[in-house]
Amino acid sequence: MFQVRIHGRGGQGVVTAAEILSVAAFVGGRHAQAFPSFGSERTGAPVVAFCRIADAPIRSREPIVEPDALIIQDPTLLHQVDVFSGLRRDGAILINSARSFEALGLGEFAAGFSPGRLLTVPASELALEHLGRPLPNAALLGAFAALCQLIQLVDVQSAIEARFGGALARGNVAAATAAYQWVRQQQPQPAEAADA
Amino acid sequence: MLEQCEGSHAVAQAVAACRPQVICAYPISPQTHIVEGLGALVKDGTLAGCEFINVESEFAAMSVAIGASAAGARAYTATASQGLLFMAEAVYNASGLGLPIVMTVANRAIGAPINIWNDHSDSMAMRDAGWIQLFAESNQDAVDLHIQAFRIAEELSLPVMVCMDGFILTHAVERIDLPEQATVDAFLPRYEPRQVLDPAEPVSIGAMVGPEAFTEVRYLAHVKQLQALELIPQVAADFRRHFGRGGDGASGGLISRYRSDDAETLVIALGSVLGTIKDTIDALRDDGHRIGAIGIGSFRPFPTAALQAALGGARRVVVIEKCFAAGIGGIVERDVRMALREHPLPVLAVVAGLGGRAITQASLRRLLTDAMAGRLGPLTFLDLDHALVDRVLARERATRRSGPIAEGVLRDIGTVASRIG
Repeated sequence: MFQVRIHGRGGQGVVTAAEILSVAAFVGGRHAQAFPSFGSERTGAPVVAFCRIADAPIRSREPIVEPDALIIQDPTLLHQVDVFSGLRRDGAILINSARSFEALGLGEFAAGFSPGRLLTVPASELALEHLGRPLPNAALLGAFAALCQLIQLVDVQSAIEARFGGALARGNVAAATAAYQWVRQQQPQPAEAADA
Repeated sequence: MLEQCEGSHAVAQAVAACRPQVICAYPISPQTHIVEGLGALVKDGTLAGCEFINVESEFAAMSVAIGASAAGARAYTATASQGLLFMAEAVYNASGLGLPIVMTVANRAIGAPINIWNDHSDSMAMRDAGWIQLFAESNQDAVDLHIQAFRIAEELSLPVMVCMDGFILTHAVERIDLPEQATVDAFLPRYEPRQVLDPAEPVSIGAMVGPEAFTEVRYLAHVKQLQALELIPQVAADFRRHFGRGGDGASGGLISRYRSDDAETLVIALGSVLGTIKDTIDALRDDGHRIGAIGIGSFRPFPTAALQAALGGARRVVVIEKCFAAGIGGIVERDVRMALREHPLPVLAVVAGLGGRAITQASLRRLLTDAMAGRLGPLTFLDLDHALVDRVLARERATRRSGPIAEGVLRDIGTVASRIG
């Protein structure tokens, strides 16, 4: 079981991101369960959504308190909400920001985690470029596919296309693909050398 | 066909496949996505021959469903919480008139204070209204129960309420096997009403009955529920044959059993919390504890004989319920006690998940460990903040004008927007 918690603000597509992630896992042949936390559904208010991914049916319905990965869609939440609550030591963190963990004031915090599992990605900027709107969720899912290698980019693309139509699908697919490639360029690539 | 979709979307698809002829809709969270989905299916022609009626209230929704059903149409509606209470008079009328309406209740707490989140207070307020009440454990279960509900309702001429946990199920996106239209058509025959309002052959429905026969009419309503005890398992078995269900999934029936055969401690619950309970039981079993669960699929009629038969060698029963009756205790617990009155076992009531409070495996594990060690009292409120309650009570003792309780509690705990659970 792999558990992802997504933090963001109302209007950023937090719930949609969890749902698309679950569809991508489903397309990839896995079981997945996505659900939001409810209540603060106001534009700009902190919102949390959850996604569990597993190879067997998922029965538990509790909120994810010990995530394997965090996706933080809005870095202004970092000092307002305890977004890192319960994160496993080997957990992954993906933050929507053009700035580094150090620049975000998280340098000391990040030292306790595996560096290869922590990443900031300029998802809003990529979304502006490819979608025309600063909605970071699809781009972050592309980045998540590259960071955690739990789901395939092609499955994220299919899930986005299943959710949206026309230009909206094209823009979001382009943003996700660009973010995926952006992350791949940041990562050391020893695995590819071994393949050769 | 397997689809990764929202529970509400799946229920809308399942209800549409049952070819209802009248759907009355009034929006209330967390039910709204279901009737929205059905409205879209009527509008785009997928659900042909169905009239979708936007009514002005829940009372009107049930009243229109009653009229439609009495005129011979397969009728459906959905509601939750205050909406169910607002239609209460018509809810009793639907069962009193013997009209096979199917209604989804997306379970939600009842105010005041306002709370949009999940618990079972709404359905439980209508537990004695004469409807059949089925509770879904998962979204697959919810889909399957709706298809069975129309058949049970129409065979008995009795309305059926399909209860599914609001938000926890209605808004969860998961893998669901959506029914094929041809399979539903083969399973669910055309609606042949026992009574029809027809201008060509006029009859009265719901005429006055005085003391000379009211008891008999009411007794027959009880008999109908007892007939449902026979019918529900038969329909479930037939459903599983048609739709190829089985294995772990519940897919209807009076009760479901999980690792209960040799259990010394039996957990009884209904609805989606059973999934979390099953995972907790697996962990406790790994530690060598003999514990299992029984899910109540049909709360009305209450599966008394099935529960007795499932007891096995149990030494204690823990009832976990998302509702309670202030001034006495558990609601499900009372019915379980009545069912087990020939079996003098300790029955421990646990009230959990009120107003959307998360029921976690960690809390369940603590609770069940206490129960197995004989440390659990007859009535427990899971994860109750005793210190908070004590402060409120102390304030009330100290101050005559202590103010409204709910607002005082909120002031005490401060902002909650940053909480994750």
